[in-house]
Amino acid sequence: MAKYLAKRIFYLLLTLFIVITVTFFMMKLLPGTPLTNQAKLSPQEQHLILKQYGLTKPVWQQYLLYVVGIFHGNFGTSFQFSDQPVSYLISSRIGPSLLLGAQAMIIGVLPGILFGALGAINKNTWIDSGTTIISILGISIPSFVLAVLLQYYVGLKLGWFPIADWGGFSYTVLPTLALAASPFADTARFIRTEMVDVLNSDYIELATAKGMSKWGVIYHHALRNSLIPVVTIIGPLAVNIMTGSMVIENIFSVPGIGEQFVKSILTNDYPTIMAVTIVYSVMLMVVLLLTDIVYGIIDPRIRLTGNSN
Amino acid sequence: MMESNENILEVENLKINFKTYAGTVKAIRDVSFNLKKGETLAIVGESGSGKTVTTRSIMGLLANNAVVEGGTVMFHDQDVLKMTEKQLQDLRGAKIAQIFQDPMTSLDPTMRIGRQIAEPLMVHKGMSKAKAMAQALDMMKLVGITNAENRINDYPHQFSGGMRQRIVIAIALINYPEILIADEPTTALDVTIQAQILDLMRELQNKISTSIIFITHDLGVVAGMADRVAVMYAGKIVEYGTVDEIFYNPKHPYTWGLLSSMPTLETNGDELPSIPGTPPDLLDPPTGDAFAPRNSYALKIDTEKEPPFFKVSDTHYAATWLLHPDAPKVTPPVQIVARQKQFAEMQKKLAAEKLSHPVEEEEERQ
Amino acid sequence: MADQIKLPADSFEPVDKSAHLDSEKIAAPNLTFLQDAWRRLRKNKSAVIAMTILILFFLAAFGSAIISPHNPNAVNPQFANLPPKWPGVDINGLNGTLNQAGSRVNAYAQAHAGSHVYWLGTDYLGRDLLSRILYGTRISLTVAVIATAVDLLFGVTFGLFSGWQGGRIDNFMQRLIEIIMSIPQLVVVVLLILVLKPGMMSITIAIAFSSWTTMARLIRAQTLELKEQEYVLAARTLGESSVKIAFKHLLPNLSSIIIIQTMFTIPSAIFFEAFLSYIGIGISSPQASLGTLLNDGQKNFQFLPYQMWYPAIVLSVIMIAFNVFADGLRDAFDPQTKE
Repeated sequence: MAKYLAKRIFYLLLTLFIVITVTFFMMKLLPGTPLTNQAKLSPQEQHLILKQYGLTKPVWQQYLLYVVGIFHGNFGTSFQFSDQPVSYLISSRIGPSLLLGAQAMIIGVLPGILFGALGAINKNTWIDSGTTIISILGISIPSFVLAVLLQYYVGLKLGWFPIADWGGFSYTVLPTLALAASPFADTARFIRTEMVDVLNSDYIELATAKGMSKWGVIYHHALRNSLIPVVTIIGPLAVNIMTGSMVIENIFSVPGIGEQFVKSILTNDYPTIMAVTIVYSVMLMVVLLLTDIVYGIIDPRIRLTGNSN
Repeated sequence: MMESNENILEVENLKINFKTYAGTVKAIRDVSFNLKKGETLAIVGESGSGKTVTTRSIMGLLANNAVVEGGTVMFHDQDVLKMTEKQLQDLRGAKIAQIFQDPMTSLDPTMRIGRQIAEPLMVHKGMSKAKAMAQALDMMKLVGITNAENRINDYPHQFSGGMRQRIVIAIALINYPEILIADEPTTALDVTIQAQILDLMRELQNKISTSIIFITHDLGVVAGMADRVAVMYAGKIVEYGTVDEIFYNPKHPYTWGLLSSMPTLETNGDELPSIPGTPPDLLDPPTGDAFAPRNSYALKIDTEKEPPFFKVSDTHYAATWLLHPDAPKVTPPVQIVARQKQFAEMQKKLAAEKLSHPVEEEEERQ
Repeated sequence: MADQIKLPADSFEPVDKSAHLDSEKIAAPNLTFLQDAWRRLRKNKSAVIAMTILILFFLAAFGSAIISPHNPNAVNPQFANLPPKWPGVDINGLNGTLNQAGSRVNAYAQAHAGSHVYWLGTDYLGRDLLSRILYGTRISLTVAVIATAVDLLFGVTFGLFSGWQGGRIDNFMQRLIEIIMSIPQLVVVVLLILVLKPGMMSITIAIAFSSWTTMARLIRAQTLELKEQEYVLAARTLGESSVKIAFKHLLPNLSSIIIIQTMFTIPSAIFFEAFLSYIGIGISSPQASLGTLLNDGQKNFQFLPYQMWYPAIVLSVIMIAFNVFADGLRDAFDPQTKE
């Protein structure tokens, strides 16, 4: 286990390093400096500002300083808000994003499992068709379309929930629902396929031959075997949610990093874009590592310890 | 072996169809046989001949698209085909149990094996988990799993194929069923392991006195296992009799083909005979004898009329026109002639001594 | 018993085998893999409907380059924000009237556009929405199809090469994929677009180069399996070149995976294009795509909901049709998943 973890963490750090390097040099390829957003300045003033951002040094020195800075939690200063360090921008905004993401994951995955299982158990009946249609709609209707519809009809017309901004729980309801649609549909489809496979397997037949009832077989054998692999799609689901959050946060004016990312893209705020890219990558890598570890623990067939027979 | 004349299972005129996209597949076309208490009946045939479908109907485990066209499957005095789902559940795993073909896939990969063996006890006898696990442990020892105490909490993937098949057998036998259906239980195993599993089944049959329906495509394993043999072809039984009758005095050309294509120690020469061609399409079974197109002894009537069963002895019947009194005398393949000669001698010896079970001789020869 | 049945005298003549009995005859009709898949696909009603819808959308979108009711980019400020009007239909929402301050007014009369007909209304610059949707669909589909084709070419080549080579090269290539996959796809797309400057070309390249990894992984796994097959070993033993083996033996056997994966990649490419255009770094004006139309429509959604509803419906229907069709293809190619 320790050896496996060490290896994984080594790869994680290597990947992180590559991500930092690639984003840094990609950003350097781009035109535009903090000056783009300023009014006409004299050459002296311009030089002063560039110096303030450390942009007068050779590129390799900037790169080294940037890497060293990151390991001290310093992502530089935002071009857009010249008085704010990027690390502050992100740390003050990551809370709402994580909260929305976690809520959407739970709201999406749990009913998704239920829907998928119902479809598989009642394969080729109207229940199966119904759950399949709903999950096809879920993966096909873009989250930003759903978000606008929710905002207008549930928020504005019905007035059940606030349509924008960030306050208590009620402010999170609509963005969470919009974000949860895609993980819900993905999970339902995944579980259905998994469970149809499991229900066709020899060990289910053996369990039936033991004289167990249909629901006994499902509860004791089918469910566990089809639920374990769900862990493997948590990573891709997290990616979906991150992607969705960029535009959903924008639509509902949630002060999260997704909204910040879009803003930074539109204003060429490179230090912030780089930082958010790195933060997203780290989050995804950590999720992937955690799910692999959890999978190894709950699936008896996979031994991370390496001393099985 | 303990045998009696009491039939515990009687299959009469069973007909089963499968609805598929292309039409109705007539998988079982009028099959009848019976199973006596304590005996082992082998059903032999190529893949697709309907062996597995027959046994699945006995367990009430037919696929959704299967339609029982007619016939009865009487277990004691009850027709399995007419049972409710609840009655079937009480039957399965308690009175009739099954061993499946592939031990690598027939165990739940995420459940400890002790629990899997104990499950039928908990389901049928309402036993507490602790008590069921204790019995499961005994059963594990009985089927020859070494170090059972330490392995009861292991998962299937930690066992070899042979050991897994022992676990599957333990699951099947834990409730001491009256009938054990073994559907090609050794096909997926190595030859050496096959022999061990067959030995184990024979040994256990004596210990817990169960009847066995042994499904196989391999006549080689039948000799040592079965009391009686039924040969199936294209959804029908074409010949049945005691193991000696089938092995040494076969009458149906299909059985001849099966026996000739089985290598024995006496087989010399370079070529092993085979049966030419492929089984017929059961979507549209041919008129007459389904085997006729592959049969080098085919008669004109084979293509017109299905042969009925002709009696060879009280226990031996074969469905081939060759046994009709008007049929020309044909000479079976050399191998079969040799076997028939052996049989004639055996019968003489038997009549003289009236002891020594011939099955044991067969075993020694192998 | 049966012994007593009287039969015609010639019944027991041995049959002349050469005449009418063929023991090697294969009884079941022989279908090739593709014929079999096509037969199963045709039986799947929803897949057939989805396929028809897709064909119609493709025809309409690409046909509109030749026949379009209006020029999609023609600006008519005096006809701005006209609601849908269907000649001869008098249902609110389709009769060219608008709800203004509680009462219905004829927007066409107000704008002195009496004789004009805009089936789906006009946008804030007075451009015909139907023409723009057809035009936008064309751009969206073009981007998605080209991106998928590039992704296919790259992913298949990468996967084949990696799986076929095996060993260290394979190991290195797999690490590379893992690294790429641990960066959220959208972030990669955004960075690429920023570097390449927003536009149709860069958006296509960005989508293609961020989504090939799934294809590459699938192809590699399958190649590893196929590599061990007897017929491939035989071809190798006979000294066929790797390239020849790849084309003659591997690709035909990978075709079903490739087709299915392609059908799932196209809707995801459509989604990415719409997403990027929606947040404002995709297709730029005056070009339109479904994403930019949604973005435009969303601004006026409260007052002129049709401006967002129609592009949203078109986008959703295309996505649904692709997903249903892909599902149908998967079932058709893999009979095990469905009886």
